[in-house]
Parts: sequence; C-alpha cells; structure tokens
Amino acid sequence: MNRLVVQLPGLSLKNPVMPASGCFGFGREYAKFYDLSVLGAIMIKATTLEARFGNPTPRVAETPSGMLNAIGLQNPGLEKVMEEELPWLAQYDVPIIANVAGSTMEDYVEVAKHISKAPNVHALELNISCPNVKKGGIAFGTVPEVAAELTKLVKEVSEVPVYVKLSPNVTNIVEMAKAIEEAGADGLTMINTLLGMRIDIKTAEPILANRTGGLSGPAIKPIAIRMIYEVSQAVSIPIIGMGGIQSAEDVIEFFYAGASAVAVGTANFVDPFVCPNIIAELPALLDELGFAHISECTGRSWKKGGSTIYCGA
Amino acid sequence: MKEQMTIVRHEQLAKQIYELTLSGSLVQTMNEPGQFVHVKVAEYAPLLRRPLSLCDINKEAGECTMIYRAEGAGTTLLAKKRPGETIDVLGPLGNGFPVEAAKAGQRALLVGGGIGVPPLYELAKQFVNSGVSVTTVLGFQTKEVVFYEQKFLTYGETYVATVDGSYGTKGFVTDVINERALSFDVLYACGPKPMLKALEQQFPQKEVYLSLEERMGCGVGACFACVCHVPNSETAYKKVCSDGPVFKAGEVVL
Repeated sequence: MNRLVVQLPGLSLKNPVMPASGCFGFGREYAKFYDLSVLGAIMIKATTLEARFGNPTPRVAETPSGMLNAIGLQNPGLEKVMEEELPWLAQYDVPIIANVAGSTMEDYVEVAKHISKAPNVHALELNISCPNVKKGGIAFGTVPEVAAELTKLVKEVSEVPVYVKLSPNVTNIVEMAKAIEEAGADGLTMINTLLGMRIDIKTAEPILANRTGGLSGPAIKPIAIRMIYEVSQAVSIPIIGMGGIQSAEDVIEFFYAGASAVAVGTANFVDPFVCPNIIAELPALLDELGFAHISECTGRSWKKGGSTIYCGA
Repeated sequence: MKEQMTIVRHEQLAKQIYELTLSGSLVQTMNEPGQFVHVKVAEYAPLLRRPLSLCDINKEAGECTMIYRAEGAGTTLLAKKRPGETIDVLGPLGNGFPVEAAKAGQRALLVGGGIGVPPLYELAKQFVNSGVSVTTVLGFQTKEVVFYEQKFLTYGETYVATVDGSYGTKGFVTDVINERALSFDVLYACGPKPMLKALEQQFPQKEVYLSLEERMGCGVGACFACVCHVPNSETAYKKVCSDGPVFKAGEVVL
C-alpha cells in the first residue's frame, strides 16, 4: 500500500503534494531542478482567454514571514497554453489542475470548456479569488450567489471535475463554501492570498505599483488552518489546502484541519526543491505520528471531538 | 544548483558596500560574468532570497566573490555574517554577458553604475585573458561609496565619475565617455535604468549589452515578478531573472 496515494474527484494522486497556481508557472522553470513526475499534481498558472501582461512592476514586496504579490494574472492566453504548455507538460506522469480565470462569466466558461478537453488536465480550479485584477477574479468570489452561479455555468461545460478556489477576503467563508458546494462544485481549494499593502517610508508611496497585493507565505498559515477547519466541517466535498506550507509538518497540520491534499506556493520561490523534499519527508513523519496512511489525518482536529472552541468563555 | 557555501572572507569596502567571498563546489558551475546567485540570508526572516551578481569566479581556489550594498533588512543581516558561517546559495542563475561578442584585438567598454559595478569585474578579467582590451568607466553617487577602482586598473584604463564631484569626474558615466571621446567595439553596462537608457540612446549603431536590476521573487522565472516589456507588443515580455539579467540593447523596453 502506498501510504501517500490520495483519490479525489478526477484526481488519482500518487501523493497529496502539489505546487500551487501562480507559484510554479507552467512547470518549465522547476523542471530544471527535478523530475516533475514526483509531484502529486501541478496547479498551473491561471489561464485567461487572451494573453495578459499583468500589472506594472514592482510586483512583489516582502513582509514579515511572507510576501505581497500583484502579478495580475500574466499568462500567454488559452490558445498558447493549449498548444504549447499543456503538450509540453504531457511528457511528465503528473495530472494537471488548470486554474481558470477571466473578466466576465463568459470568459470563465469559454476557458473552462476548452482547457478541460486537454488530455492531461484532470480537474479545473476556478479562480474567483485573485485580488490583483480590476475586473473578475475576487469580484466573483466575495458574493455567494455570484460564486454559485459561476460554478454552475462552468460545471455545465467542463469535462473534468471543478474545484473552486476560495478567497479569505470574505466575512463568512463557510457561507461561501456551502453556496459553492450546493452549486455543484466537486471540491474546494483554499486559501488564496489575503489583500494587503506596504508603503515605502521614504517616499510615502505604496511599494507595489498596483498599490495593493495578495499576502502569501507562512504569515497566512494560521488563517488558512482556521478557515479549512471551519469549512471542512460544513461541507462534504474535499478540500485542497494551501497557505504558507513549507514543511511536512505543515502538511499534516493542514490535513488535521480538514484538507485531503495540499498545495505549496510561496515556499517554491524560497527553495525550488521544497515540494520533492516534503514528499520525501512525509512517510517518516507518518511513522512518527503513528499513521498508516495520510488520509487518516484528514479532519483529525475535529473528528476526535476534543476541540470545541468556546467563544467568549 | 543549491548548496550551503562557507564564508571565506567578508569585508567592508566602502560606506554600506561589502565584499563577500564564499567557497563551495557550486563555484565549478559558475562561468558567465553577469550571472547571479540567489542567497538565503536567514532561515525564517527575511523569507525571500537576495540576488547578488557574481563579481569574481576563482575556480582554482573554489571561491566566488559578490559585492552588495547593505541597505534593506536582508542585506543588513547578511553584513553581520562572519567567516566560517555558511549561507544557502542557489545558482548560478540567469544569462550573463556574451563574452564572445568582443573578439581578441577589439576593445570593450565596460560601464558600471553604483552597485551595478561588480559583475563587470569578472567580465574584465575574462576579456583580458582572451586578448580583448578593456576600458572601464565607473559611476558612483559620492566618494565614500567608490570601490574597486584599483582592481579595474589592473585590467586597463579606468575612469571614475561621481554625481557630486567629490571624486573623479563630476557628473555621470556618459560625461566621462563624451569628454574623453572613448572609443570601443562592444559596450557592456550594468547599473540603474536611467544610466542604461542613456547608453542605449547614445550608441544606437553599436553592439551594446545591458544588465538590468529588478525586484525579484523566485529568481528562476516562475513568479513573474521581474518582467519587462518587449518593444512593439502589449503582451510580450521577458523575465529579468531567467531571460536576462543581460539583454542586448533594444531587446527590452527600459
């Protein structure tokens, strides 16, 4: 028995660790460091209908234990991704999760319809949570009715299961998750970045050209853990967890919170080998913790029933 | 491509300017002047690596030297590290200066501005070893941040300009080039964008190579933080870290 194998809608993963969208390009850069086939899956960079340059630079700013980015969904567009990036990735034995973005609902539907036909795309990740574009992105991820409608429309055209990437920039993430589940989503991925900002103390100007950006990295891990903990108890579809993961221990913590697989984002920028290293370290950690299979860890923080939170007590 | 390298020497050269020499097996993979290493200064904070361009590659000794300005949180922390300590280094990364563009018997003009000076040193060394004559023009803000003038002098004629006139010619590197009517076959430059722009505009007929500085995330081309536009296109781009940092003049929009 392989103790890391995980089965999710559309995804048969040899292990539950994958690079997060926007942190791995289309894989070419990291293929210079290691064989991409060791990964559980790859969440490729958000794809829009037309090519996009994205935002002006500076696009990144460092923060305590994290970073802000405002890339702005730069990508070569659907056609190039279909004709060049996905066929190139097909040389690796790894399922692809295609992150789909757009400015209008029609954009999302169009991209989803086509990209879900690619043979190595095993699932879609609906990006309704990018905080760095003026139109679309997070605008679809902050009102439950809108997110639900978009999910329905995409489900109608997609040939593979649809996961929806949740934004933490909402008042009630459980309500959002439930609306999306009810609309027919096959799974959730969470969390996207938190909207943040930094200002240069010499010039009093925002450091990012876009002024605001998405906060990622270890700084947001406790927020991701809390949100997955809440959402996983309220829905019955699986969650791919992300937000500041940089070690095998972090992976287990996400599973305990309620995740069934995880994605590693910012840590790839710090250490290109972080994903294969985590995958290699997981079996020993499972031994240490006394688990035969990693799936036993999912939701353990609340399934045991010993973790009730008493608000205001 | 990634190694814990050991600090062999770490000295202050000028105000806020430090020279860091590391030893390790990665040095044997370092060849191109203009390439950089991506350095993890601390285990937890700051989170991201810092790109430092290669200033000197010494394969016999198994050592490489970088020069940086201690300014932000990361480089200030780096400046406190002492010989014997180790540093997590990723690299060499990026595409360096095309050394072969200048042929034996030709003259290369090397122009550096501020903390853009270091990569030109390894370049000058490789040129002199391959029979290319070198003229160097170095520009700094003020006298107290001038470094490596003597080192460049061992490879050829070297001129220094300071913006405030406290050392060398008062003004910019272009003032030195114009006043002395410096002639050359190929030009190589590294420094702030206004300097690179001025050089690109002044020598449209010449073969010019420019090394860009840009705020980077990953340093390997994955995060799309350090992109720049390509002429005559809305969506085409180059990444400074992995397509550059050295570009032929005109290849990208400065």
